[in-house]
Amino acid sequence: MYNPFSLVGKTILVTGASSGIGRATAIECSKLGANVVINGRNAERLNDVFSLLDISVGQQHVSIISDLSTLEGVDNLIASMPIVNGLSSNAGVLSSHKPIKFLADDDFREIINVNTFSHVRLIRGLIKKKKLSKGGSIVLMSSTGGVKTNVIGNSIYDMSKAAINTFAKSCAVDFASKQIRCNSVCPGMIRTPMTEPTGTLSEEDYKEDIAKHYLTGRYGLPEEVARTVVFLLSDASSFITGASIMVDGGCSVIH
Amino acid sequence: MNKNSFIQNFSDQFDESDDVEFTASTVFKDLDEWSSLIALSIIAMVDEEYDVALKGDDIRNATTIEDLFNVVQSKA
Repeated sequence: MYNPFSLVGKTILVTGASSGIGRATAIECSKLGANVVINGRNAERLNDVFSLLDISVGQQHVSIISDLSTLEGVDNLIASMPIVNGLSSNAGVLSSHKPIKFLADDDFREIINVNTFSHVRLIRGLIKKKKLSKGGSIVLMSSTGGVKTNVIGNSIYDMSKAAINTFAKSCAVDFASKQIRCNSVCPGMIRTPMTEPTGTLSEEDYKEDIAKHYLTGRYGLPEEVARTVVFLLSDASSFITGASIMVDGGCSVIH
Repeated sequence: MNKNSFIQNFSDQFDESDDVEFTASTVFKDLDEWSSLIALSIIAMVDEEYDVALKGDDIRNATTIEDLFNVVQSKA
């Protein structure tokens, strides 16, 4: 059957795969026929995702527990993984909402380390150790935050996502000679464990935000982001590199 | 925990309300300058000064500065 979106025959590394968008991406990649290497920090949740991966066309999956917020964790992942054709890089944390005058140095360190540096270290290592094959595709998880919109009290998170968004373009330039494409995906608000209302923002705040900012009248689902990642990993997007794709229910248009 | 210093720390988050006399009974959400940024500042100030994590609902449910003082005191 004609299907340019198929990932059959490709091996894809999905980081941050134990939860949220990474989890949905790992599952969608497997359903499109990819062999998936899943990575995360939490063994129990990662095993749960592993059990949900599709194996109907003989896909071979691998699960590697490693903490990408450390250089050692990145090195460990790269040493234990096979050569891949694609990377979906998702490690990310949300910062607590704080006005700039209250930001602590630890806030920068944690957020920028996970949301920005962990991706940079991983890609550097993959290229250096030749673990990403020629003709491959990298998809970095950015956000509308910091790229199209800036929200009160969210400066560090927005900064970390703007940085990773521009790093995706730098990768597109640097790796063009290897025919490796690199793009970023910028989700608006997606309902995942990371964005569950926990403290400063309540379910009511979310309703107000949706009414004001989302043309779709709702927040997104992890699968809706995952399918965009699948597209960028597949040969259907072979002429797309250095792009940032908004998956945001229209929020960047009317924000 | 000192109520007067709490009121002082609370009022320090405002920049344009010099003419307002902040007291325990001030209904802070009625102030012209009240905004979501000031609400976030109050939460961050309470975290920094009193090591208490306020929730958005704590601010939402409070009417006067004293209401909030009582919440912070109960969690401190």
